[in-house]
Amino acid sequence: MSIKKDEDGLLNNLYQDKTTLLQEARIFNQSPISPRKSRILLTKISYLLSTSNDFNEIEATHLFFSITKLFQNKDAALRQMVYLVVKQLSDSAQDVIMATSSIMKDIQPNLQVIYRPNAIRTLCRVTDPSMIQGLERFFRTALVDKSPSISAAALVSSYHLYPQAKDIIKRWANEVNDALTKPPSSSFSSDGSFQSTSAISQYHALGLLYSIRDKDRMAVTKLVQSLAGGRSSLRNPLALCMLVRYAARLMEEDPNLARPMLELLEGWLRNKSDMVSIEAARAICDWRGATASDLMRPIAVLQLALSTPKTPIKFAAIRTLNKLAQTNPLAVSSCNLEIENLITDSNRSIATFAITTLLKTGNEASVDRLMKQISTFMLEISDEFKVIVVDAVRTLCLKFPAKYPAMLSFLSQALRDEGGYDFKRAVVEAIIDMIKYIGDSKEVALSHLCEFIEDCEFTKLSVRVLHLLGVEGPKTLEPTKYIRHIYNRVVLENAIVRAAAVSSLAKFGVNVMQGADSVRRSVKVLLGRCLDDTDDEVRDRAAMYMRIIQDEELASKTVKDETTYSITALEGSLNDYVLTQDYTSAFDTSAIPLIDKEQIRIDTNKGLLEATRQESGMDVDAGKEENGDSQTASTPLISDTPPVSTLTAIPEFATYGTPLHTSPAIALTESETEYVVRGIKHIFAQNVVFEYQIHNSIPEAVLEGVSMLMSGGEEISEQLHEDFILPIAQLTSEMGYASTYVSYSRLSDEEYAVGGFANTLTFTTKEVDPDTGDVEEDGYKDEYQVEDIELSVSDYIRGEYSAFGSEWDKLAYEVTETFNLTAMQSLQEATDELVKLLGMHAMGGSEYVTNTHLHTLQLSGSVITGAAKGKVLAQARMVYEEENGVTLELGIKSESEAALDLVIGAIQ
Amino acid sequence: MGLAFSSILSLFGRKEYKLVVIGLDNAGKTTILYRVTQGEVIATAPTVGSNLEQFEYKNLKFALWDIGGQQQLRSTWSAYYNQAKAIILVVDSCEIDRLDVVKEELHRACEDEQLKDALLLVWANKQDRKEQAASPAQISAQLQLTALKDRQWSIFPCSALTGDGLSQGLDWLTDRIS
Repeated sequence: MSIKKDEDGLLNNLYQDKTTLLQEARIFNQSPISPRKSRILLTKISYLLSTSNDFNEIEATHLFFSITKLFQNKDAALRQMVYLVVKQLSDSAQDVIMATSSIMKDIQPNLQVIYRPNAIRTLCRVTDPSMIQGLERFFRTALVDKSPSISAAALVSSYHLYPQAKDIIKRWANEVNDALTKPPSSSFSSDGSFQSTSAISQYHALGLLYSIRDKDRMAVTKLVQSLAGGRSSLRNPLALCMLVRYAARLMEEDPNLARPMLELLEGWLRNKSDMVSIEAARAICDWRGATASDLMRPIAVLQLALSTPKTPIKFAAIRTLNKLAQTNPLAVSSCNLEIENLITDSNRSIATFAITTLLKTGNEASVDRLMKQISTFMLEISDEFKVIVVDAVRTLCLKFPAKYPAMLSFLSQALRDEGGYDFKRAVVEAIIDMIKYIGDSKEVALSHLCEFIEDCEFTKLSVRVLHLLGVEGPKTLEPTKYIRHIYNRVVLENAIVRAAAVSSLAKFGVNVMQGADSVRRSVKVLLGRCLDDTDDEVRDRAAMYMRIIQDEELASKTVKDETTYSITALEGSLNDYVLTQDYTSAFDTSAIPLIDKEQIRIDTNKGLLEATRQESGMDVDAGKEENGDSQTASTPLISDTPPVSTLTAIPEFATYGTPLHTSPAIALTESETEYVVRGIKHIFAQNVVFEYQIHNSIPEAVLEGVSMLMSGGEEISEQLHEDFILPIAQLTSEMGYASTYVSYSRLSDEEYAVGGFANTLTFTTKEVDPDTGDVEEDGYKDEYQVEDIELSVSDYIRGEYSAFGSEWDKLAYEVTETFNLTAMQSLQEATDELVKLLGMHAMGGSEYVTNTHLHTLQLSGSVITGAAKGKVLAQARMVYEEENGVTLELGIKSESEAALDLVIGAIQ
Repeated sequence: MGLAFSSILSLFGRKEYKLVVIGLDNAGKTTILYRVTQGEVIATAPTVGSNLEQFEYKNLKFALWDIGGQQQLRSTWSAYYNQAKAIILVVDSCEIDRLDVVKEELHRACEDEQLKDALLLVWANKQDRKEQAASPAQISAQLQLTALKDRQWSIFPCSALTGDGLSQGLDWLTDRIS
């Protein structure tokens, strides 16, 4: 009795800090050993190891050696505990191999001890790969041992050892196969130890056999097919789930296997284990090639699962359906009735999935009911889930514009609810979307937003709403009612919001059509009051707009103007302007391309919408990431305008025509060196011009006759002829960047020069007297080595958008080659590299790799000059394997034979 | 009185003395272990780790730890020194080339703080191969045993195969311990 009580107390105090434990470890060294005390201490160590392993290497090693002393005691329970802790320590301690000889005594085949499996499992953690050879005979017998626990231990150990000793363990495939297919033995073995009846060793055997055959698709196919047959003795549900996954993977990788595998999966749908049937249903639902009729049976299985009382099964089913609903809402809609019941499920994860699924599958008739149910539900979930729901509602709005009143009232209710910034932002964005796309909703939505900013704690959102009011408000029937809300902001809010409100007010002053004069007058009065504001920005804005409102012409140029500068081009030229430091002439904005504000909005919106569509309903973070991605992905649309260069203004290049391709500036030196050099490649129809932008950062020196000496390889000099160099006459540190040019003509239309040029900067240096600023008469010649510049195939190719599928069939010339890219560590890396190497645009989002083993990249572009000029498309099918890197099958189609050679040449 | 007390002590849980056997690989440590504890020669494989046997000799209880002698395992020897009453160094008398290595390992062990009070017994093993084996005196000189200050040590010729010389060594130990 007292012992019992004692142990209860210990269980409650299992946690002890590591210093105490290390001190207590002395009891392992006691003689004779106390099994009970040692076991309790081992339990505490194990507990600490599994909760927070903060033993350092020395401590772990010390502990390990103390524990090995316990091998001298024969107590079975203690020995099992010793094995457990040795296994846990094997990663952090040194010299764990020292336990080998003690373990070897316990794994002898004729030994009938309960801890034999524990010994086997520990052996694989402490042993050295070089010793596996010596253990081969032992393992081969243990794998097929009639006791399931020993066979399972041997299987799991082999699985762990496999990466280190592939060749040896491959030879055990027959034994592993026996372990997999043998009928499970009776539940009690001769030594009286309890044996599990779950046939779990089948799961272990399958995992090992799959690793052994992983590289051989034929063998895996055979494995799956033989085990799937009706007479198969495979009955462990976990093993069957694994088999389902292997089959699904085969289906994904080899289109020829898709149908036979689908048949197998449909067989598993009827498996009596829920786990297996749901796994099979999920595999079919995830398969991209599934047709509507293929989906019917798995959906029926999931539908049934939705109404079971078991929470995990319901969760698995609704999660699968939710994912399917993103791509194929129609197929899922047959389950709507069951899903609606789940909205009230006590498990919030299930309920959230149910709602977001319904929002995707729901039809117009059920929207109202659904919205009512969600409203009550919203109060009970956390912000994270609320954002998901709001996003789903937002997409639903756009799908059923006629249902906007219900959704708008839901959203406005959401605005009034408690919630953090992310949640409110999602709601505001949803409402803004409605205003943009559903004209009827505008007035009501705007008034909801007005109400929202009356009591809004988030400055960012207030500013956004104020801007929107400024844009949309003047176009409404009663603009004046918004002015009151906006002016309230001027009175009550912080400086940032006040400034935004001033801008918004001014837009009313300029843009309102009805009763323009009276509105303008009142706006002027209001703005006048803002002139006394305490904040500079607010005063400045008010003053500026006062002036603009009075001047029609100014107003049309500023407030009413719907165009804006291309931001990237503007940034580039401003940068250059600042760098040249020539402030005698004003910055010239006329050269910067104008783009429509509407256009930018559509572009970014398109990205956002796509992202919301793709967004996996549950995963908030992933959704955000995608959002970010699509925004960055859409920026190249704007930045494709050529970088600003003075090239065209130079008379020597006038006859060359316009540059067909201009590369971005490449840094050829570090940015902190005495002379900073950047290179730009310009490709003309018949010429190649290298522009070097050079900055002299030494104020005490003036460089004269600065030019770049380029020397390419022999091959290049046969293809390109150097015509002339345009030097920089004088370069001082105040001048900022100045350009020198080297012009080449292409000698042949068929040949595309590709390769590196060594670059040497030559010039005459003259010193400047620091006191007088005079330049000394005599200078000396000097050279300065900079990095090589590379002319590559991508310089001759321009990325272009095209309808890949239809264009692909039209092009006459075709070539396919296979490459082995061993250096590539992932498909994404290979994809990025290919896009860069070929200079083409990736189509249909194929530049983002979704499957880690298999990917198809579609590229489109055109060769800009020469014999190969014309459209080029490339389809790159890539397979990634850990040991072989990436294998690439590149198919290229083009309008001419020459283009094929050019593109293939880029890879070689 | 004192005698009566010690006899009671010997009835209930006598003290067990820990002996650690070290030496280079293939010196015969494991063979000696089983020769001493079980009295027979058994076939052994290179020890990776340690073997432990308990035995009684002249009414004293001993725990004999035999530790693997391969080069990469030697750094772990010190983990077994704790509370050792004596270290037993087994030397392959026929392998004169490696005596320098033995010397190094021995002197390193003797510097270990845990072995401050431990006795040192050296067994010059494999004396059954008369023509090749070096004599204890030669080995003693090679190992510079005389340089070991403040330590009781002794060297005995022996053969694990025949069992010769083992009891003399153990006698020396038991005399010192009791």
